Amino acid sequence: MAAPKKAAATTPQDKPDGGSPPEFTREQELKALRDMLLIRRFEEKAGQLYGMGAIGGFCHLYIGQEAVVVGMQMALKQGDQVITGYRDHGHMLATGMDANGVMAELTGRRGGYSKGKGGSMHMFSKEKHFYGGHGIVGAQVSLGTGLAFANTYRGNDNVSVTYFGDGAANQGQVYESFNMAELWKLPVIYVIENNRYAMGTAVSRASAQQDFSKRGVSFNIPGKQVDGMDVRAVKAAGDEAAAWCRAGKGPYILEMQTYRYRGHSMSDPAKYRTREEVEKVRHDQDPIEQVRNRLLAAKVSEADLKAIDAEVRDIVNASADFAQHDPEPDAAELWTDVYR
Amino acid sequence: MPIQVLMPALSPTMEKGNLAKWLKKEGETIKSGDVIAEIETDKATMEVEATDEGTLGKILIPEGTADVAVNTPIATILADGESAADLAKAPAQAAKAAESAPPAAAKAEAPAPKAAPAPQAVAEPDPEVPAGTEMVTQTIREALRDAMAEEMRRDPDVFVMGEEVAEYQGAYKVTQGLLQEFGAKRVIDTPITEHGFAGVGVGAAMTGLKPIVEFMTFNFAMQAIDQIINSAAKTLYMSGGQMGCSIVFRGPNGAAARVAAQHSQDYSAWYSNVPGLKVVAPFSAADYKGLLKAAIRDPNPVIFLENEVLYGHTGEVPKMDDFIIPIGKARIVRSGSHVTIISWSNGMTYALKAADELAKEGIEAEVIDLRTLRPMDTETIINSVKKTGRAVTVEEGWAQSGVGAEIAARIMENAFDYLDAPVARVSGKDVPMPYAANLEKLALPSAAEVVEAAKAVCYR
Repeated sequence: MAAPKKAAATTPQDKPDGGSPPEFTREQELKALRDMLLIRRFEEKAGQLYGMGAIGGFCHLYIGQEAVVVGMQMALKQGDQVITGYRDHGHMLATGMDANGVMAELTGRRGGYSKGKGGSMHMFSKEKHFYGGHGIVGAQVSLGTGLAFANTYRGNDNVSVTYFGDGAANQGQVYESFNMAELWKLPVIYVIENNRYAMGTAVSRASAQQDFSKRGVSFNIPGKQVDGMDVRAVKAAGDEAAAWCRAGKGPYILEMQTYRYRGHSMSDPAKYRTREEVEKVRHDQDPIEQVRNRLLAAKVSEADLKAIDAEVRDIVNASADFAQHDPEPDAAELWTDVYR
Repeated sequence: MPIQVLMPALSPTMEKGNLAKWLKKEGETIKSGDVIAEIETDKATMEVEATDEGTLGKILIPEGTADVAVNTPIATILADGESAADLAKAPAQAAKAAESAPPAAAKAEAPAPKAAPAPQAVAEPDPEVPAGTEMVTQTIREALRDAMAEEMRRDPDVFVMGEEVAEYQGAYKVTQGLLQEFGAKRVIDTPITEHGFAGVGVGAAMTGLKPIVEFMTFNFAMQAIDQIINSAAKTLYMSGGQMGCSIVFRGPNGAAARVAAQHSQDYSAWYSNVPGLKVVAPFSAADYKGLLKAAIRDPNPVIFLENEVLYGHTGEVPKMDDFIIPIGKARIVRSGSHVTIISWSNGMTYALKAADELAKEGIEAEVIDLRTLRPMDTETIINSVKKTGRAVTVEEGWAQSGVGAEIAARIMENAFDYLDAPVARVSGKDVPMPYAANLEKLALPSAAEVVEAAKAVCYR
């Protein structure tokens, strides 16, 4: 084994496409801001509740990566499926799942999406076409390919958006899935959220091919690197990939270059990177600040933005309140939902 | 001296075949590599190529002969300079050759315990079959195929996927004809990628489709076991009942014949350990059909453990529009009052043979075919043990943490006061499956071991 190398200097701001992505309308900017803020504030609150002992087990926060799910969701249509790994709170909120239900699942209460039996990593919503929430790294990639298989089988034009990280991208079943998806021309967008660290291991220390958009090359799957900190770039790439899939051309890979501000999980001291590195990304590229600055430049008033902040805080505070006061599941729930 | 052509074994489990056609006539010249005959096995029609050169002297088994045992001389080939007059020498030579050739003899002998009469030994009528129902004789392979075809006709959401299930017609010919009837959309050949296609199946099932995922054998499903357990078995619970998956994982499980350690493992205990899964392991042709139909309709993930050795065995299958055997019900296939023998799948072969032997010695064994391992029909076991006071479990898998261990524990928990002897377990030996014919035979349970165990618990 070679000595561990320092993390590569690539930062998410290297705009792979060059040039700016298509502009958003004011409504799109406002929606993106609101949805990203909701995730940010929700996750901050979850972090607080974890610190208070109200949330147990593992808790993986999405702070910093908000533009990825929000931009992708803007490219989807009714019936498109979403599936991801364990860093899933943002994905759930982006699909429109109720903040109370998500937070109450984090606290293990009966009003949680899984009645308190799934926890942070295992939540689902049939209504919102959200298929989890999976705790085994990479498993969702085969499952998401199966969702796409079901779309083809049923002859609809829906797309499966299958998210996984730079760490999961090294699992074998990812490539088994790539092969079948291209072989059968399945409508699946593989969104690789490259936040540069698989737990504590930098991409450069774990990946022979660090350009994840090329991971489908030997299967003839097209791929693209995207500035995952710019919600407009994400949406534009999502549109392109979704159109490709809906046209029956098979799968598409999007490498979202993003960054998580917090540790891998709440118990991660994050010794594998410097505080300066985190601060630089936060200062230079924050996905929410980018939108806020554009809106301010476009003469949206501070008051209007504050109103969005307030609405989001109300939702999050209400969810925290609900999640701490909702009762734990009835003891009889231990035995339900094993079979149906 | 004339060369004998023997009935060839064309697969690890083949014991006999039909001589469908002779392609050469007596007196014709034969070169090495010539196709001389066609043989039908229970899976396919195969060509027999000559390995020796000369003239086809005499056809010993005429075409159209059914059930010709492997290693039976089927023809003689005369070498250059030999004539029909030399033919008389052949049989004596053959007999001598057989005696002095232990490997060949062992090979023919090895599958013998498994070749015992299969479901015919059933003495008790099946309560699921109304009296007077017309029965058809089918191989287990055909019963499985019919079960899938019937369910695919009934429900367009049911499809089959796996390696070689479509164009090749199934590695063990279980999916024969399904591609022709249902097309490539519903009968799907996958790449060799168990982990991946199991996940694809589970994902499709989460949307409400009803996949039948065939593993060429369950040995290969170890590559997929994460998807089976972490994704299929646990999702309903982890989603608070919102999202489950109706899926059947099926394929041959356990030992076949002479395929050694990596292809011979019995996974009964592994899967039956997991809540969220149902585990079915039938023995008779009728149960194979009725239980597979039930498994396909079941809203939960079902592990359907088949046995390659049994595929070619025939049994009586009820001719009914919708023949379903409910999952979770054991069946008493033979009544008796002295000892209860509990088994499933191919273990029943040893159990039933042992019961016959025991009867000759005045011990009447009650034989229970569990059919389903999870949920286990504890009631049927306990009621029988309360009657007999003695129990023997029989499984091809390993004893430690095995299904027999579980049965013994349940008997102890529920019928301790009724027991007249400790429960005895007959199992596969605690070793990886060896290849050598004699060692393989030793590694598997035998009817003799079951007889011995039954006598021991009867203090005889």
